Amino acid sequence: MTRQPLFAKNPSLLIFLACLALFTLLVTVFSEAMGTGLISTSFVKTLGKTLCLCLIAIAMDLVWGYAGILSLGHFAFFGLGGYMIGMWLMYARTRDIVVTSMANAEIPPTNAEVIDGIGNQIFGVVGSSDFPLVWAFAHSLTLQLILVVAVPGILALIFGWLAFRSRVTGVYLSILTQAMTLALALYLFQNDSGLRGNNGLSGLQNLPGADHIPQATISLWFLWASALALALGYGFATWVVSGKFGSVLRGIRDDEARVRFLGYSVEGYKLFIFTVTAIIAAIAGALYYPQAGIINPAEIAPIASIYLAVWVAIGGRGRLYGAVIGAALVSLVSTWFTGGQVPSIPLGFYTIDWVDWWQVVLGLSFVLITLFAPKGIGGLFDLFTGRTPPNRHGKDLGPDSGALQEQEADA
Amino acid sequence: MRVILLALAAILCLAPSLQAQTGPVQDLLQTHRALIEKGSRKSIAPAIDAIAASGLTEAQTVLQTWQAKDMWQRKEDKLFFRAEEVAKKTYRLYDFDSGEAVGDFDKGDLKQLKPNSGVRAMIGAALVRFQLSDPDPVRRLAALEAIQRDAEASHLEPLRASIPDEPDATIKARKEQLATLLTLRFGSDEPTRLKAIESIATNISLDSRAALNTLLTTKREISVGPAPEGTNVAAIMKPGKDLDQDAAYDMLADKGLVPPRLSPADIRTTLAAHIDGGKVAGVPVATLNTDEARAKAYAALVAQGMAQSQPTDGEIAAALAAHTIYDAYVEPSAAVTAAAEKALASIKTRVSMNQMLDLALDGISLASIFFLAAIGLAITFGVMGVINMAHGEFIMMGAYTGYVVQQLIPNYTVSILVALPLAFAVTFAAGVAMERLVIRWLYNRPLETLLATFGISIALQQIAKNIFGTQARPLTSPGWLDGAWVMNDVVSISYIRIAIFVLALTFLALFLFIMKRTRLGLETRAVTQNPRMAASMGINPDRVNMLTFGLGSGIAGIAGVAIGLFAKVTSELGSDYIVQSFMTVVVGGVGNIWGTLAGAAMIGFLQKGIEWMNPSNTLAAQTYMIIFIIIFIQFRPRGIIALKGRAAGD
Repeated sequence: MTRQPLFAKNPSLLIFLACLALFTLLVTVFSEAMGTGLISTSFVKTLGKTLCLCLIAIAMDLVWGYAGILSLGHFAFFGLGGYMIGMWLMYARTRDIVVTSMANAEIPPTNAEVIDGIGNQIFGVVGSSDFPLVWAFAHSLTLQLILVVAVPGILALIFGWLAFRSRVTGVYLSILTQAMTLALALYLFQNDSGLRGNNGLSGLQNLPGADHIPQATISLWFLWASALALALGYGFATWVVSGKFGSVLRGIRDDEARVRFLGYSVEGYKLFIFTVTAIIAAIAGALYYPQAGIINPAEIAPIASIYLAVWVAIGGRGRLYGAVIGAALVSLVSTWFTGGQVPSIPLGFYTIDWVDWWQVVLGLSFVLITLFAPKGIGGLFDLFTGRTPPNRHGKDLGPDSGALQEQEADA
Repeated sequence: MRVILLALAAILCLAPSLQAQTGPVQDLLQTHRALIEKGSRKSIAPAIDAIAASGLTEAQTVLQTWQAKDMWQRKEDKLFFRAEEVAKKTYRLYDFDSGEAVGDFDKGDLKQLKPNSGVRAMIGAALVRFQLSDPDPVRRLAALEAIQRDAEASHLEPLRASIPDEPDATIKARKEQLATLLTLRFGSDEPTRLKAIESIATNISLDSRAALNTLLTTKREISVGPAPEGTNVAAIMKPGKDLDQDAAYDMLADKGLVPPRLSPADIRTTLAAHIDGGKVAGVPVATLNTDEARAKAYAALVAQGMAQSQPTDGEIAAALAAHTIYDAYVEPSAAVTAAAEKALASIKTRVSMNQMLDLALDGISLASIFFLAAIGLAITFGVMGVINMAHGEFIMMGAYTGYVVQQLIPNYTVSILVALPLAFAVTFAAGVAMERLVIRWLYNRPLETLLATFGISIALQQIAKNIFGTQARPLTSPGWLDGAWVMNDVVSISYIRIAIFVLALTFLALFLFIMKRTRLGLETRAVTQNPRMAASMGINPDRVNMLTFGLGSGIAGIAGVAIGLFAKVTSELGSDYIVQSFMTVVVGGVGNIWGTLAGAAMIGFLQKGIEWMNPSNTLAAQTYMIIFIIIFIQFRPRGIIALKGRAAGD
């Protein structure tokens, strides 16, 4: 097989990057920061956040759609990434405030007094004033940026190593990852976890030292950063799944035992993809929460990770653009419906208020997609690219669902 | 004292000749007239004692009247009467003996006895004796409770005196116990008190522990040099070992024994107060942003005599060496406190044993809740292998069914009895519908099943929210389930938890019966092992799957009613239990009901155990438990009881 360039092998990559660039350009041109104001700052933030969600959806698609590991824990990594960057944002910003307020004192403050002041400001809500150990690096942006990658990465590495080496697979693994997410959320909910309990970290939308820059501009910066991250993430994911590594991953998804008998270290592959996607999720989270402005443990609750699976499934798993489409579509439509902007439908005896009924529609449409369109929205693209599955008819011959079908055997 | 006795004797001799025509109470009062008229706290005791001990039925009335300042003296013959104001300045007198009115008198002819508060308290103590032997048991109990709340040395004697005549056995036991508790605190001599302490050394009730703790109250004292002779020292605090050195020094400073240590804030305030032209003692203010610079500036201030010097480490050590900080018992007798410490230690051992028992009961009850929530799942997931994320919503549907039934049937007992089968019917129907419409298309695709049922789960949750609102709905348990089975002050368990335990056992038996003894169970097991073989034996796998799934869902509904009885019924009720339920089934071992039981027991006991170690924090307990489970699965990936051979499937 001759080596083809990545773009030639994956025409969708170029199309995707072009669409993303066009989208970013359009939003920039019409944003408030550029003067036209057709797109409000808050909507720019929503779009920026959506790009981050698309990035974590790509991570989910890698781990689920390609490697067949239905992880219900990737939103925990997303949240951890957000917490890590949030710690620096909150620390640095509070430091600015404390230093300003202490500047008027008769005697200039010592370093220890400033740190005490920051501690009082940040931990006052949980009845404490001392910095817990986890904040040891919060003063440094560089260290905290390293932690954005390191903490979720190491957690994923340890958890994945434990889970994969004991051959926990399939549904059991899903439940185990869900348990991990629940444990993390419950831990963060405690006041003495050191991350302000259920108050979470807030005021993250204010960049330290950038008070004079309007939010409109900052939101645009984050949109660009998110778009860049998404582009890089998409490119990376395409590269990972297009080579031999990708083939092995798909092999693991379709029949783990066979791949193992062929001599591949299945655990190593799984551990790698699990950890890498956890890191991608964490980066997405680190970009998401400064735009959201607040992070609290409820964001990490198991339900969020399940929604992530829902997006990817609706978009179509096993294809990267499907994950992006699913995440963007479902999260934007959800925002639209739950925001109360959709007119209610009066039925005479009952008025359907979409704020209340959207969840029901989402849940049921999810059931319908699972039943009738397992390929999701992305499957629509197959109609004009001509990628069709083998036409299988009749009863299967063997005990396994993947066995040859009656009519295939005849042919 | 002797003078008083002599006076008494003199009055006693004179008494009969003065009041020939009066009754015994009046005689008694006249006997002690001098003391009563004087009304001094120091000398009144014999008079009160004589009235209280007279054995006359009217004695209580007299004391109450006297205490309420309603006793008046007629000036002409010095007789005592109970008086009532009938008109302005006119009082009607009543004789104590007969209770009859004697006549109306002008206020000028009378003199009111106004006992001061000290005397009134003594009268009150004397009255306790009457309350303790009051014919009404309710008032006797009230008196006991009053004594227990606010015990005094004076209560002991009347309490002891009332014990032999007590007719009610339970009250008698309480009196005896209270007498012991009072004896150990207020007993007249050491041996009696030691005996009393010893007698309660096996008693784990809160009262006895409280009494011992009161006896062992300590006060932190500081003395120059060693602790003074004669104090009952509980412990000597060594600075740096039992006590933080700085904290110890601050204690000395609080007592004014040594100059106080200056905090950084104090130093800053002093420095700020001495700013002079942008400089403090010659040091520019702008450079004062480190502790060293501040210390230097402050030292300069001290040298100029403008500030108080900070005690050095050497001074602090010397001051601490010169003083002794110690805890002293309020109780002076060392023998008594030593015995009390010993008794308390032995009680503590007993209490902790009982706490273990209580913890075990809590663990059992939590385990039965988990078991109840998981048993439906043990059928659908464990036996059929279907991941039903909507299982929690079936629990919620059962709970809401119970709530709706209670709105229609006001009698709680009847409504629960109706709700249980109805909840089964509702969730059975829902389960069958779900199996027919969704799940049967997804057999062999477990991950898709998980997602589809999750879709149903969020839809059901939102529908429940739309119908019933977001606030919690009460599901009230019938009256006979209220309250708790109390074994002693430490061990108790509420009836509702016992009921849930019984319900869990019932379901275990039911499950075993259905699976092992009925045709449906046989067919289910056959279909689970090999559907095609079962089909060729004449079993309809579709029908069996449908019924089995319905059964599992129906049991979830009944569990929902039970859970709703102690938890608030909200639309999120189910999702609170779903992860734990899956954990229970996975930890126990899929496909085996005993495994589910073992899993529920392990998770229940573990969670209670962790909560016990860190009682303030149930969230942490859940976190650690989940981490434990993740690690546990490493060692037994197939659960506590793993299926072997062909039944294991793969």
